[in-house]
Amino acid sequence: MKKRARRHRREEGHGRTDMIFRTLGKAELPKLFGVMAAGGKIVAPVEAGRDRENRPVYVFRETARFEEAALSYTTTKLPAKRYFLPYREDLATFRIEGDDWQKLVDYNVDRPRIFFGLHPCDINALNRLDKVLLNGVYPMPYYVAKRKNMFIVGIDCLPQPYCFCRSMGADTALHGFDMFLTDLGDDYFVEILSDTAYNFLRCVRTSEPGEDDHARYMKAVSRKNDKFIAHVDTTDLTKILDMEFQSEVWKQWGDRCLACGTCANVCPTCYCYGVEETVSVDLGSARKTKTLYSCNLLDFAEVAGGHNFRPERHVRLKYRYYHKHRGFVEAYEEPLCVGCGRCGESCLAGITVPEVIASVRGEGA
Amino acid sequence: METGVKFTDISLGRSKERRRDDPNTFEYTYKAEITNIHRLTPKESLYRIQILDPEERIRFTFSPGQFVMLELPGIGEAPFSISSPPSRHGDVELCIRSVGNLTNFLSKVGRGARVGIRGPFGTSFPTWEMHGQNVLLVAGGLGLAPLRTPIAYVQENRSRFGDADIVYGTKDPSQLLFTYQYDMWRADDINLRLIVEKGGPSWDGPVGMITTALDEILAAKPPSYFQKTFAIVCGPPVMFKFVCTMLNEREVPMQKMFVSLERRMHCGMGKCCRCNVGSTYTCLKGPVFDYWTVMNLKEAI
Repeated sequence: MKKRARRHRREEGHGRTDMIFRTLGKAELPKLFGVMAAGGKIVAPVEAGRDRENRPVYVFRETARFEEAALSYTTTKLPAKRYFLPYREDLATFRIEGDDWQKLVDYNVDRPRIFFGLHPCDINALNRLDKVLLNGVYPMPYYVAKRKNMFIVGIDCLPQPYCFCRSMGADTALHGFDMFLTDLGDDYFVEILSDTAYNFLRCVRTSEPGEDDHARYMKAVSRKNDKFIAHVDTTDLTKILDMEFQSEVWKQWGDRCLACGTCANVCPTCYCYGVEETVSVDLGSARKTKTLYSCNLLDFAEVAGGHNFRPERHVRLKYRYYHKHRGFVEAYEEPLCVGCGRCGESCLAGITVPEVIASVRGEGA
Repeated sequence: METGVKFTDISLGRSKERRRDDPNTFEYTYKAEITNIHRLTPKESLYRIQILDPEERIRFTFSPGQFVMLELPGIGEAPFSISSPPSRHGDVELCIRSVGNLTNFLSKVGRGARVGIRGPFGTSFPTWEMHGQNVLLVAGGLGLAPLRTPIAYVQENRSRFGDADIVYGTKDPSQLLFTYQYDMWRADDINLRLIVEKGGPSWDGPVGMITTALDEILAAKPPSYFQKTFAIVCGPPVMFKFVCTMLNEREVPMQKMFVSLERRMHCGMGKCCRCNVGSTYTCLKGPVFDYWTVMNLKEAI
């Protein structure tokens, strides 16, 4: 075990290394949480209230109390995006002195954060964002700095009726976390991917999983698989989206769409933004601010002088699908969608991804 | 034994060399000065902008067709094609029309203003592949701005090109840009054909659509010309659709026809998605595309 730990130390962060499996008694979890909370800020799913049907509403929030962490939560209304892609943040500030100015850049992160209880979809969302914002050309430091300072404890879940993560290849997280917990009843099956996680676990009692634990793990996984209701047929989808680019169904969805941008707001993978600069009243300073945007908003593709490349709602809605389910797939072999279902659940017009894609494929609707 | 999550400071790796894969160059702005403003028309001016640091200025290299992000602190930032030859490095010229917030503000600032420049970004016209071939440059309106760089390149490397033709059209004679350079271009054996959609009392040149002028040029060429020609087309989307179709009919190869697309970029580095055409980033895969690629981009034309 010692030799293994050393190997992990060499490869820090989220890089894939040999996996170590342990089992952790459920009674030990509060202690583990406590050890983590003693050294850093923890973000966890927390019940924030109830909706009209008295169902709990969950949010990701900083908490130091284990009892507050709702680890058997369904889906949070909003993803944990505000911790790594804040809705609004300054890219730079300027000190203006006479005719001259100085540009000051800050990545807006000063400490690591522990995310306790992210579902596979939200971990996969990060992995997909990494492809554009961390591993692609021009890595974006505002994201990189925050992402490198995320310590992630993943946790398994039971699919809700709106979950289609399986169709998007996002129902299991293969990497991008430090530790992953799977509920086995009295224990958690723990998957360890980083030495930091390994060291945390040395503060609590864990044991080597046996054959029966493996069997319980596989049972838990197949129980999850049986729960899926929503599906998206992605067979040849990139080509079908190309063929059906002029299809009338887009217009029908466009007529329903309110172009409010909610879907992008609640999406764990939407990263589009706009940049605006403002100057202080005394003209002594200025700031350059990035605000997350939505391609469904009217002026998304407007250029100076007023020409709008996508003036119609259905064209903008189509573009969103096109980016997520064609362009991104073409570039990275997987869609920019993890099937969390948040957009469909939040859409005031009741537009859901499985329905839209089925209709484009000429099925249902 | 150590437990706890350590803070990772990604800014520690900051280096003086600016590399595309270094996150710390993302928001790096070259400080520059507007050294001169040349009014071309009531709406358009040519801004001469010099990177202040002499070392940075020399190290700033670009290829014809690339663009920069021009930043006015507190006002905004927007993309502009470079209109000056690459041989001038970070002493660039940008031809800018006053149409929006940033450009209207810019039209009011004077010489000596301090601005920021990021870049260069995007794809370029493959000038090196064009050596030994004919070049045909077709510009409509403000589309001449990005073409001024390849024109200068042809002037500087005239021996490496066969026929060099420019077809340039605007709505009316008052909108013609860079009129003071026409004689120089012609003196360098570049055939310039102008046309305006609406003439005027001071205009004795041809009146009509740009395709008319292009037709006349093409009619005078021998059949062997077309296979050995690179075309660069820049202007409003309607224009390049017609022009490229005409060239395609005469069998100019599609991968030898280039267009430069205009979109409103907010980052220039493939992040903000504002310039996407279909699902292609204009800032990364463009702004210069060959005609085959453009035809296959959804929503480009």
